Amino acid sequence: MVVKNGIVVQSILYKKYLPVGKPHIAVEFLNQWGIDEIILLDISATKEERGPDVAMIRTLAKKCFVPLTVGGGVTNLDQVKELMSCGADKISINRKALVEPKFISMFAHEYGNQCVVVSIDVVGNKQSEYKVYDYLSGAHLDIDLVTWAQEVEEYGAGEIFLTAVERDGSYRGFDVELIDLISEKVDIPVIASGGAGNAEHFHHLFHMTSASAGCAANFFHFTEHSVNITKSHLVKKKLPVRLETHADYGENEFDREFRLRKKNDQVLEDMLFIRIEKEII
Amino acid sequence: MKQKIAIIDYGVGNVYSVYNSIFKLGYKVSISSTEEAIKTADFLILPGVGAFETAMNNLKAKKLDAMLTEEVVYKKKPLLGICVGMQMLSTVSEENGEHEGLNWIEGRVKKLSLPKGFSVPHVGWNDVHLAQKVPLFEKYVNQPHFYFDHSYHFRCDAKYIAATCDYGMAVIAAVQKDNIFGVQFHPEKSQTTGLKLFRSFFNQ
Repeated sequence: MVVKNGIVVQSILYKKYLPVGKPHIAVEFLNQWGIDEIILLDISATKEERGPDVAMIRTLAKKCFVPLTVGGGVTNLDQVKELMSCGADKISINRKALVEPKFISMFAHEYGNQCVVVSIDVVGNKQSEYKVYDYLSGAHLDIDLVTWAQEVEEYGAGEIFLTAVERDGSYRGFDVELIDLISEKVDIPVIASGGAGNAEHFHHLFHMTSASAGCAANFFHFTEHSVNITKSHLVKKKLPVRLETHADYGENEFDREFRLRKKNDQVLEDMLFIRIEKEII
Repeated sequence: MKQKIAIIDYGVGNVYSVYNSIFKLGYKVSISSTEEAIKTADFLILPGVGAFETAMNNLKAKKLDAMLTEEVVYKKKPLLGICVGMQMLSTVSEENGEHEGLNWIEGRVKKLSLPKGFSVPHVGWNDVHLAQKVPLFEKYVNQPHFYFDHSYHFRCDAKYIAATCDYGMAVIAAVQKDNIFGVQFHPEKSQTTGLKLFRSFFNQ
């Protein structure tokens, strides 16, 4: 979930942002749809030189029963403490790690590395071109990407959130070459981001790389049933994915872009008489 | 009879997430470290996100270790430790040096040492296998799955093991000794499956 000025936005190539809606509503829906985890990145914070919006996190955390990683504007441990006490489970840092890598170690020492997510943005379309991207200045940094990822691990990060900037909002699929490159070179989990457009993109990601997780924003916000269709698809392909729903799309047909086709009229007619009990815990 | 739940506030731990889950289930719940709240609560939760050393130091600084030992070990009040909260039940932890735990369930906390292909920390959802019939897992029809996020794990005698999970090896997922329960995973972050666990714990 990319949040700009308090609103969830659709992000395209880190340049164009279109509004989606209020963060706490998005969180509520994603939870209902069975998402495994939510990463919320406040992309206005560092630009505005302010810390994270703690009040916003506290509100949306009330509806969030899956792990919540919060990032954007985090520069000191007091902010980490505040976020952790109002609903965040893990904290993501990007700029702060680049500017002061020792902060990763300080953070991990105090909170344990399982809370520490370091976000790395990468530009370029193939291995010879990959460069670490500084979103604040727009600069392509002159540091070796693989070395940076390994240093981040060495300093104590628990996970790397890796985004292919040029795939952002493109719906072209994950940059598997990039994800594979990094996930082979570090032992900590890598979360892949940038480009997810349909369920098969996720399958391709897990088939071609050892990424631990696949992330999507626009796809999950805008495409109907995207969360469950993706999970059902991965389960059908025998990947170990959590799926907790009576709807497994076994009877459904999909078009070429993996969008749901309408069920035939007889099936719909029969469904009127099926009772599905709401689970009371 | 409305039960009172107290979530121990010792400055480390995602207390608010735990609070939200228990509140959603309809219980009277507070986040506190006062003697009054702990002594009057029917159930205690020791949450945990963080490093062992900081957690134990904070607990001792607030004199909670002695107070909790009195309530839990001697007065047999049910307590559920979550993640680092479960690890604190141990005798000693090897995270960043050797540090003493509460020693309520004899055991040692060690770093996960796994075959290649298994990243540490163990992060993500995983299936949990029940080792014994325990009240905590009563409500599950199929194999339950929960969210894990840890780099260190509990090692103890088989008699205390309530459940395990597979992650390159059999990792202890839950422990129990009488009224003392511990879960390595995060029920407050495991959606419906997690909420059911809380409900089972409070239904005892």
